[in-house]
Amino acid sequence: MAAKGKKVMVTVRKAPHGSIYAQEAIEVMFIFASYDMDLSVVFLDDGVLALHKGQDTQGLGIKGFMASLGALVDWEVTNVYVDRQSLRERNIAEDAIISIGKNEATDAPIMPKVLDSAEIAKMMAVQHGIVSF
Amino acid sequence: MKLSVLVLEGPYNHQASDSAYNFIHAALAKGHTIQGIFFYDDGVYNATKFSDPPQDDRHIVKRWSELGAKGIDLVVCVAAAKRRGITDEVLAPDIRISGLGQLASMIDESDRIVTFGD
Repeated sequence: MAAKGKKVMVTVRKAPHGSIYAQEAIEVMFIFASYDMDLSVVFLDDGVLALHKGQDTQGLGIKGFMASLGALVDWEVTNVYVDRQSLRERNIAEDAIISIGKNEATDAPIMPKVLDSAEIAKMMAVQHGIVSF
Repeated sequence: MKLSVLVLEGPYNHQASDSAYNFIHAALAKGHTIQGIFFYDDGVYNATKFSDPPQDDRHIVKRWSELGAKGIDLVVCVAAAKRRGITDEVLAPDIRISGLGQLASMIDESDRIVTFGD
């Protein structure tokens, strides 16, 4: 299949509900994963707000995508990273972010990996392509 | 170099589609190849044939169609298009509607993917 094995990164940089970027970025993640790309996903800048626990979009009248984010692993989106500095700047504790799925055997939550900006930069440097939302 | 371009914003409201066009123009002039142009999010509004700007303004949609007529593959995401009323009936010439898988293929076949968004 096309794109098999190539390293591609999707970044989510924008706050989750004021615009559609985060939501449509998730669609891209699902498709890229289904194309067997070597996909990594990074939440940074205001994008880290998408992973903050306890969100409810009912009052906004929009379909929330928190359930999709909480099940990324089920869609084979497993390499998910969060920028530590972005969390800190927004006063979000590293344990106040949602899990992206559950371990099938143990039912334990699978958490996105919190990394320093320098580590994320290193990952970016080795990508074949980066798609930025 | 083989380049693909992703456009995430609609025309006129935002600089992104102008910047994308200017980038492509410059890249072609330097001898690079444009593997494809993919329109996503509000970027799908770049593909409506009903766009009719004042005569003294640039015609953004027509510019895209001209690139399409030259043989460059211009693809509008079907899911993003359906949300926004962009169907085959309103599609400008030499642009096609397809799925996000086309973006995956473009990235695969290109040396670089360049995103133009907010």
